[in-house]
Amino acid sequence: MSVSEQTAAPAGAVPEGAAHVAHDATTPAHHTSTGLSNEKLAMWLFLGSECLLFGGLISTFLLYRTREVTAGPPVGDIYDIPFTSVSSFVLLMSSLTMVLALSSIQRADHRRARTWLLTTALLGATFVAGQVYEFTTFVREGLGYTTNLQGSAFYTLTGFHGVHVTLGILMLLSLFVMSLRGRLPSGRAETVEIVGLYWHFVDIVWIIIFTLVYLIPA
Amino acid sequence: MALTEERPPLELAAGDEPVRNPLGAFTRPSSSYGWRSWLTTVDHKKIGILYGATAMVFFALGGLEALLIRAQLAQPNGQVLDPQVYNQMFTMHGTTMVFLVIMPMLAAFSNYLIPLMIGARDVAFPRLNALSYWVFLFGGLFLYSSFFLGGAPDGGWFNYAPLSGVAYSPGHGIDFWTLGLQITGIASLLGAVNLITTCLNMRAPGMTLLRMPVFVWMALVAQFLLLFAIPVITVALFLLMFDRLFGANFFNVEAGADPLLWQHLFWIFGHPEVYILVLPAFGIVSDVIPTFARKPLFGYPFMVFSGIAIGFMGWGVWAHHMFASGIGPVSVAAFSLSTMFIAVPTGVKIFNWIGTLWKGKLIFTTAMLFAVALVSQFTIGGLSGVMHSVAPHDTQQTDTYFIVAHFHYVLFGGSMFGIFAGIYYWWPKIFGHKLSERIGKAHFWMMFVGFNLTFGPMHIVGLQGMPRRTATYPEGMGWDLMNLLETIGSFLIAISFLMWVYNVAVSRKNPHAGADPWDGRTLEWATSSPPPAHNFDVEPTVEHLDDWWHRKYGEDEQGRPVRRERFTYLSRVDEASRLAGGDEPDVDVSAIHLPSPSYWPIVLAIGLPLIAYGLIFTYWLAALGGVIIIAGAFGLGLEPSVDPDAGHGDHGDHGPDEGHDQELAEVGAASGGDDDEEAS
Repeated sequence: MSVSEQTAAPAGAVPEGAAHVAHDATTPAHHTSTGLSNEKLAMWLFLGSECLLFGGLISTFLLYRTREVTAGPPVGDIYDIPFTSVSSFVLLMSSLTMVLALSSIQRADHRRARTWLLTTALLGATFVAGQVYEFTTFVREGLGYTTNLQGSAFYTLTGFHGVHVTLGILMLLSLFVMSLRGRLPSGRAETVEIVGLYWHFVDIVWIIIFTLVYLIPA
Repeated sequence: MALTEERPPLELAAGDEPVRNPLGAFTRPSSSYGWRSWLTTVDHKKIGILYGATAMVFFALGGLEALLIRAQLAQPNGQVLDPQVYNQMFTMHGTTMVFLVIMPMLAAFSNYLIPLMIGARDVAFPRLNALSYWVFLFGGLFLYSSFFLGGAPDGGWFNYAPLSGVAYSPGHGIDFWTLGLQITGIASLLGAVNLITTCLNMRAPGMTLLRMPVFVWMALVAQFLLLFAIPVITVALFLLMFDRLFGANFFNVEAGADPLLWQHLFWIFGHPEVYILVLPAFGIVSDVIPTFARKPLFGYPFMVFSGIAIGFMGWGVWAHHMFASGIGPVSVAAFSLSTMFIAVPTGVKIFNWIGTLWKGKLIFTTAMLFAVALVSQFTIGGLSGVMHSVAPHDTQQTDTYFIVAHFHYVLFGGSMFGIFAGIYYWWPKIFGHKLSERIGKAHFWMMFVGFNLTFGPMHIVGLQGMPRRTATYPEGMGWDLMNLLETIGSFLIAISFLMWVYNVAVSRKNPHAGADPWDGRTLEWATSSPPPAHNFDVEPTVEHLDDWWHRKYGEDEQGRPVRRERFTYLSRVDEASRLAGGDEPDVDVSAIHLPSPSYWPIVLAIGLPLIAYGLIFTYWLAALGGVIIIAGAFGLGLEPSVDPDAGHGDHGDHGPDEGHDQELAEVGAASGGDDDEEAS
């Protein structure tokens, strides 16, 4: 959700408070009881909630990965670990470029910031493309969404993660366009940081999924 | 208010950025009066009222369903309802009361009161707040539209697999249920993020965590529970939806699936949900009882920490809902123990309320009557709850009316009575006049008698083995009299509700109640009734727990409270309140900025039911819904929270450069998190 909704609460009632808030709106962190800006706190809370969302899906997959399948191949037989390792590496590298984007914008180096934002989005898109390729390969090898328990659990979990990456890409592209139009001054570096929080979270979730789902044998 | 003033558009200084109207479909709304203002409002107080009014309409609907159930069961071999329709009735009754009545009712109180009680001007994200209300409303309407589109869900409010699968529930009812609850879940999640941020970040100077009123604390704990419980049921609903709509196998037993997966996911959500429903009601009575016992709350820190303890322990008891499902002796023993333990912090609360009442100068207003009824009735429900921790006992009672009696004592005798206590207590604050105490007391006694007459006998027929969720029962089981009494009781409850409606209608003409009609203890009573849009003319600086009380009362040598001759309200108040000793602050409120109304929340929210209808009927609708949501998300995200075009008083200190900074600040933040609700 919009992180822009800092309310006017800090604007004290005294008339000079108005000028005060206008100046300080760029550094809202100083107004809150915890010192953390509302937007950042909200993102942390949202990510906490997301942990249980992925926790539920991962548990479901772990419950069903050991079950006998009644039709089609078990998902463990058709993994292409080298391929997925490469795409995982790509996603991990996107966290690095995300950090570089943030550090550039904090130094008001907008050209570099845009470069890194776009690179992060492209790396994310590469990962999603890899996932699409992986899904189509699996389907060709006989594991459809409805084929067996493991298929349903696998596609739902990894697909859900893929949707998260896609939303992250959308956010990154929005930031890129905003920066192009001069609407992302370095005073708003925190916006990039908050999107970064989301992006790193999605990355970490993938590390867990890759380990539990792909690497550890059933 | 200054907000509504007409004003020419800002003149742009050189180099200033032109004001944008993102995706320019609408001009920004500016009115804070009239019916349109309710559609676009971002004021937490108006949103709270919307939540409450909507929840009460759903309460009437859920009550009608309950009456139909009771009419069917009034006599053996009842013929009022077809068994199919009966199933729809109890499913929708439970779903409505939990998701569309008590949860939004508590959201109403939380929305209205938290900012006032912690001395804030609004919640942390006002437009997000509006969005969660509209999402909730459309989710509820979507769920209810199932009655006209092929039949309501009929699998019970917890829709166990595999009964909820396509094979056994071929209609669309369960689809409406899964999708509808996902939508209201989004509303709850947005609300939780917003209200937790508000509690943690928006407190007035000096309002430390352990000076927050108990209601704020309990609401905070409940919002944390929501934050972590909602994603779990979302996963469950998601899996069930994929099973039903796209042929996945999560609950397909033929493919080797485990139907217990549903039960675990549902109850990992479901048990914290119990505390989500009851903790804020505990908070309400923890503020009502001290006011009318004329004493501070006994053991405030214990009250807070027992609430937190309940919040933590609530995650470790879910499988006591599953003792009959064969989860094994170790699990049963572990969950039996944890269930016994969670009675301890609950007991602490009961004793603290009794300690508050002890030697108090009790004033039995309607609010106090409801609060005391909560304490006693919740104790009864709590005791039958502890009985269920004894697994053999539980196995005996599973699926009987004893369970129905238990959770109605907790949720109706507890939550709903707490909610009515809150309604009578805060009505003068919200609307400026009291509800009639005479009608209120009649309402209370009618509801009290009706409630106990309805649900008391269910303990007995339950122990005698009468099964719940069964449309009829045969003659000669010895259940006839009790069932007739229960039905009579349920109609008394209905009458009592009508008395409340009547009370609301006739009390409109009551005289103005003043800012502080009950001699309250917490900050919301320090502002006018109803509070101004900006809540407080002066931002309070808090020095005590129950700060408003300490502003009004000092102590004599014996430590007895003595009312000060003069004290100062935090806003301009009515004349009667001033005559009672309150001074007014002398400040210029025109400098206070408030977030501007917005169309985007309602626009964005309408996309969700479109997607849901689309998934059930035709994907084109879903595509349309998706486009609306994306447009809405960008619209909401790119729109500045405070409309630069809206007048907020002409004060010379607000130069163009500062305006530019602020707009950039607010606009720049925009797309940062603006996809959260899609991600959820």
